[in-house]
Amino acid sequence: MNTNNKPASRKLLGFLGNNAVPIMFILIIVICLPMSGFSTTFLLNEIVTRLSRNAFLILSLLIPIMAGMGLNFGMTLGAMAAEIALIFTSDWQIWGIPGIVLAMIMSIPISAVLGLVCGKLLNAAKGREMITSYIISFFMNGVYQLVVLYMMGSIIPIIHNNIKLPRGYGVRASVDLTRIRKSLDNVLAVNIAGVKIPVMTLLIIAAMCLIIVWFRRTKLGQDMRAVGQDMEVARASGIDVERTRIISIVISTVLAGLGMVIYLQNMGDMATYSSHSQIGMFCIAALLVGGASVDRASIGNVFLGVILFHTMFILAPRAGAVITGNEVIGEYFRVFVSYGVITVALVMYETKKRRAKAGMGAQLEAAQREEEGR
Amino acid sequence: MSEYVRENERTLADRVRHTLKNFGLPRLIIAAFLLLMFIVAPFTGVNFWGQITNVLNRFSWNAVLVLAMVPMVHSGCGLNFGLPVGIIAGLLGATLSIEWGFAGPLSFVMAIVIATPFALIFGVAYGWLLNKIKGGEMMIATYVGFSVVSFFCMMWLVLPYKKPDMAWGFEGTGLRTTFPVDKYYGGVLSNFLRIDLGRLVIPTGALLFFALLAVMIWAFLHTKTGTAMTAVGSNPTFARAAGINVDRIRMLSVVMSTWLAAVGILVYEQGFGFVQLYNAPFNMALPAVSAILIGGATANKASITNVIIGTILFQGMVTMTPTVMNGLINLDISEVLRVVVSNGMILYALTRRTEATR
Repeated sequence: MNTNNKPASRKLLGFLGNNAVPIMFILIIVICLPMSGFSTTFLLNEIVTRLSRNAFLILSLLIPIMAGMGLNFGMTLGAMAAEIALIFTSDWQIWGIPGIVLAMIMSIPISAVLGLVCGKLLNAAKGREMITSYIISFFMNGVYQLVVLYMMGSIIPIIHNNIKLPRGYGVRASVDLTRIRKSLDNVLAVNIAGVKIPVMTLLIIAAMCLIIVWFRRTKLGQDMRAVGQDMEVARASGIDVERTRIISIVISTVLAGLGMVIYLQNMGDMATYSSHSQIGMFCIAALLVGGASVDRASIGNVFLGVILFHTMFILAPRAGAVITGNEVIGEYFRVFVSYGVITVALVMYETKKRRAKAGMGAQLEAAQREEEGR
Repeated sequence: MSEYVRENERTLADRVRHTLKNFGLPRLIIAAFLLLMFIVAPFTGVNFWGQITNVLNRFSWNAVLVLAMVPMVHSGCGLNFGLPVGIIAGLLGATLSIEWGFAGPLSFVMAIVIATPFALIFGVAYGWLLNKIKGGEMMIATYVGFSVVSFFCMMWLVLPYKKPDMAWGFEGTGLRTTFPVDKYYGGVLSNFLRIDLGRLVIPTGALLFFALLAVMIWAFLHTKTGTAMTAVGSNPTFARAAGINVDRIRMLSVVMSTWLAAVGILVYEQGFGFVQLYNAPFNMALPAVSAILIGGATANKASITNVIIGTILFQGMVTMTPTVMNGLINLDISEVLRVVVSNGMILYALTRRTEATR
């Protein structure tokens, strides 16, 4: 009862506690910003570019979180599907918008199959979905290498020699996407005060946000939330839990595939064997930086996260160079921060889960008290 | 009479089936694959005894790192994906021992001595964290490991190491990514009591060192505390009811695992001949995890036998496939095979229904 006397400070503390990670990031950025010496135009340009490049990929993480399956480290599978699709479209020399659209269409069935496998495996590992999806991404990376490095060109036909390795089979370490580079970003692009805004890409991202908002209200979306809340209760109310979970992973993987095509058309160059390897980690870190947690994430978290995380990404090497005279240290710093953020988020989620499990009664009491206080 | 025989046969068949089931299909495939490799090897012009030497050597480098899984699995903390935490302690020991001017075999002993307090501190912190998040150990361990490794990426650059063998020459700041230890403890165990049979070379010292640690762990698991650890791992509620301090036992197991990992990386370095800093420890947890799983361990049960069998099978696969495959079809898919098999093995362990929930 005592605590109710000062609700304002308690609210503030609660707000700080809930948003510790974004606030920490804002502080890092505020400190690094003057040191880096970047111009506002440059920074804005970079942020808009990175927002349009990454936002779609990060949106793909939202649906499994809704279904209570945690952070989908298996989104890498979608990225691999997109890369396979792009290898084919570049081999067939279909460039520009048609190339992008074709790559997106081709990535969908591959992502769907991979997502199905991933979903089935995750159903066999309930309660440890995250570590399992993490290992799946490693496992599939091996399979991806087997396909791309040994089967392409020998079993799967690859026509052009600039994609094949000199030995006659396998794909080169880098696939040149110069001719589809930014072809999506350049559609309807507007230049405002030196800042280039890729309107079309942003429109696609906005459309995806609307679809996710709509999806949450559909029957399937409601089912997913029910499954995320409590699997047993959902099962008792007649929801096919396993199927719902698989669908959520399939959707996530397909979206990740589409997002990866957007990402790579912006980059204009594809590192065949490494483009996908870090993508999951950076997307997850960005989402968490935006204030999301393992069991709760919103579209707002995605955008705040992309902006904060990538501003830090741009600033850290320069700030590191100014502080220690060594640019490499800034690069290590941003990797450390990415891993650190994920660790903190996971720890917070697990402690919360344990506390919830241990003190269900106490929590109920507290909630009641809060109700009365209001 | 004939009926009796049939009955007997059936039980025998059942027994075989039971053994196979216990042994596990993936393990059987890997063992059969390795056996096939050894049979095929002489026909491809590969030096058979040279291969055996390779497998023995790699076993001696890696076995202690795999052994570091055992205590944590026993206490129910799951597979130690946070192995890099201990590895970092070992690397601190190695670099400080060299920095402070120890040389020869003494530098190895000192590396272990210096690494020990770090391993204890890291282990206590890591164990404290894992006690806070029971049930989610493996995922968090992975990321704790990554965070520590990436933090030390910065530290290797910043810490004032001066020894020219390790530090970057020009600026004098920061350690090199890789540097040889032949002037210090390179081969210090492998060359000790080494048996050289011409084509077959046995690194006796390193094998003995592993045996010593393995016996120590085995003996520990049979003490009162060790039995308590197993009890905590198999049923924490029961263990608590029996008056065991679950958190303390778990903490002890994490400290032991961390220390073993620290020693493990030093043993690895003395065999391999180089210290690898910066990003190298990132990739060291998964091979060790899959090795012990291949050896027959599960996420909550592991024995010394699992360690030995697993390391032999895993390292055998890693060393044999490239040479044999190259000799056979001139195609080196060993790297891909290693990734698929090792992660497939972890996946298999994680998705087994019997262990799905704990």
